[in-house]
Amino acid sequence: MATTDKEVKELIKREYEHGFVTEIESDTFEPGLNEDVIRRLSELKQEPEFMLEWRLKAYRRWLEMDEPEWAHVDFPKVDYNSISYYSAPKRPEDMPQSLDEVDPELLRTYEKLGIPLHERAKLAGVAVDAVFDSVSVATTFKEPLEKAGVIFCPISEAVQKYPELVKKYLGSVVPAGDNYFAALNSAVFSDGSFVYIPKGVRCPMELSTYFRINAANTGQFERTLIVAEEGSYVSYLEGCTAPMRDENQLHAAVVELVILDDAQIKYSTVQNWYPGDENGKGGIYNFVTKRAACIGKNAKVSWTQVETGSAITWKYPSCVLRGDNSVGEFYSVALTHNYQQADTGTKMIHLGKNTKSTIISKGISAGRSSNAYRGLVKFGPGADGARNFTQCDSLLIGDRCGAHTFPYIESKNKSAIVEHEATTSKVSDEQMFLCRQRGIDPEQAVSMIVNGFCKEVFKELPMEFAVEAGKLLEVSLEGSVG
Amino acid sequence: MLSIKNLHASVEGKEILKGINLEIKAGEVHAIMGPNGSGKSTLSQVLAGNEAFEITGGEVTLNGDNLLDLATEERAREGIFLAFQYPVEIPGVSNLQFLRTAVNAMRKHRGEEEMNAAEFMKLAKEVSKQVDLDPAFLKRGVNEGFSGGEKKRNEIMQALLLQPKLAILDETDSGLDIDALQVVSNGVNALRAEDRAILMVTHYQRLLNHIVPDYVHVLAGGKIVKSGGRELALELEERGYGWLGIKDEDTSN
Ligand SMILES: Nc1ncnc2c1ncn2[C@@H]1O[C@H](COP(=O)(O)OP(=O)(O)O)[C@@H](O)[C@H]1O
Ligand SMILES: [Mg+2]
Repeated sequence: MATTDKEVKELIKREYEHGFVTEIESDTFEPGLNEDVIRRLSELKQEPEFMLEWRLKAYRRWLEMDEPEWAHVDFPKVDYNSISYYSAPKRPEDMPQSLDEVDPELLRTYEKLGIPLHERAKLAGVAVDAVFDSVSVATTFKEPLEKAGVIFCPISEAVQKYPELVKKYLGSVVPAGDNYFAALNSAVFSDGSFVYIPKGVRCPMELSTYFRINAANTGQFERTLIVAEEGSYVSYLEGCTAPMRDENQLHAAVVELVILDDAQIKYSTVQNWYPGDENGKGGIYNFVTKRAACIGKNAKVSWTQVETGSAITWKYPSCVLRGDNSVGEFYSVALTHNYQQADTGTKMIHLGKNTKSTIISKGISAGRSSNAYRGLVKFGPGADGARNFTQCDSLLIGDRCGAHTFPYIESKNKSAIVEHEATTSKVSDEQMFLCRQRGIDPEQAVSMIVNGFCKEVFKELPMEFAVEAGKLLEVSLEGSVG
Repeated sequence: MLSIKNLHASVEGKEILKGINLEIKAGEVHAIMGPNGSGKSTLSQVLAGNEAFEITGGEVTLNGDNLLDLATEERAREGIFLAFQYPVEIPGVSNLQFLRTAVNAMRKHRGEEEMNAAEFMKLAKEVSKQVDLDPAFLKRGVNEGFSGGEKKRNEIMQALLLQPKLAILDETDSGLDIDALQVVSNGVNALRAEDRAILMVTHYQRLLNHIVPDYVHVLAGGKIVKSGGRELALELEERGYGWLGIKDEDTSN
């Protein structure tokens, strides 16, 4: 009926809140990619020799690879030579040693994003590592973390300070040649976060990284590596935004998680890259490889993601459950509107005995967007007694959008058990009428209904981010009624 | 308070309401009776602003203002409340959150402070007891897995919370056992007030033993064919709709 459709259109029309550009001087490489660019990058970052070699090897692999075409997304070919592979805010001195030294303009940017570094970090007890374009600008809360023996620093710093840890674990979960975008990232990654939680340590606070793409025609290739030693625990959150630009921008990140015996990593993402305008112009291409290796017994990992931004999202946070009794979880909310395309899901690779995985995926499509869930559940021959539970729910707003589900199951073990549930529903006219009859605005009604739909995922997020995620959905849905 | 003049409405090109006239004053309780399919729910939905129905003629005013010009949510904020015949579920949205959002939307409209979660919880608990609903229901999803009777009590609870000017109750008695009927009736009677009007839609007269109306109207074929006092309902019970020359498959209770 007319109501919902009309309302939905109006809701989606709200503008992108984080679409401002920050005027700061920056050092930016000329567009283009070749071995010299990689050498310059490595030199600029004063990397040890092994790092340069690793990058060059990855680059040579990448040259031999083809861009993947299997995803349910559609976009013009990316010209990798029109992208700049390094951009950093210009500073007279070296890296800032404390927040006071950070460019005030930059700090104001974070404030606009709703992350005043000092206040917010203190209030929420969150240690924030902020990556702006390609470099890490400030890491707060270093001291209490150091006391606990936790390392939380820009990965560029880790390469210099902890080369043996980096050498041991970098690429151990996502090898350089894993896929096209991972290879590209391995060759040119400019920064990202490194976290190391020693044996038996429960990280005393939530760790958090904010990514922002600011410069035009820049790619952002951050690399995150988290290692949780035996019996340790950490909860990590990343948030992402980018300014409004007419050109598409590439974001190809790699995240690797290593989890040893009895350790646990909880990794949450709130992704709100610029999605493009209502006609599908501009927006971020978000091609990300995220993988966790549960190496040890009873290791546990959970990925929770709220994906509302990006023109195209191509992302499958995965769990390799190698240790016996290890557990992998994937909780996802992916919202698309206008011309956004998302092809997202997970891979659960069961190798150890009695390994368990849970997949809860909530896809919301509005406007003319396309939203696909793609999930692989695989059982190796040794995965005796392994189990997976998958639930994929799709919610449609309006009738011009699409939702697709591609579940794949491969089993080499007869004792493995898979349960799969899938539903598709619509925000119904009756629900809208009930809400409005009770005096509730159509916009608020849609967002409330969508929030209800996502409840099982939101409850997995750290408290303050659950609130943020709820608000983000509301903003992202503006103009979806109409 | 409410004035309906020659109201015509259709759905999917089919005319359902064929010239309704009705005047309701503050403090009055009106009952609309009629066989299934006579247009009772349609009238209720049209007054509340369901856009599935097209108004093809006539006018409706609320305290002199044109009601038909207002969007659904604006009508609600002006004090029109509809207790649904078939309340819909909203999975995952807690009753508490839904109700607080509604109450705060109304308060905001009146320029009052919004209620915080704690204040609202206290109020909601009190009101839920009034309709004999366990406060645990507040935490459940809106109408999610509620029995028929629970849904109806939930609707009345909402009326009590929102304190409307005109409460339209669509078959609030259907599917209730005697005890639940008593509870719901007590709730409705608690709503009766000098400055509030109630429009009760019912197929059966039994509800009117509990909530005694000031006026009774019989709706048939999209028109009000007879109006009277309380005694009209009793007469209908005795003689059936057939007495008025109306066909009905079921008038017993
Ligand atoms: N959404 C709708 N689409 C099509 N026909 C409808 C719709 N709603 C009501 N009707 C029709 O309108 C007539 C009146 O229905 P209704 O108002 O529900 O009657 P009552 O509540 O008195 O039983 C019936 O013939 C019914 O089939
Ligand atoms: Mg009816």
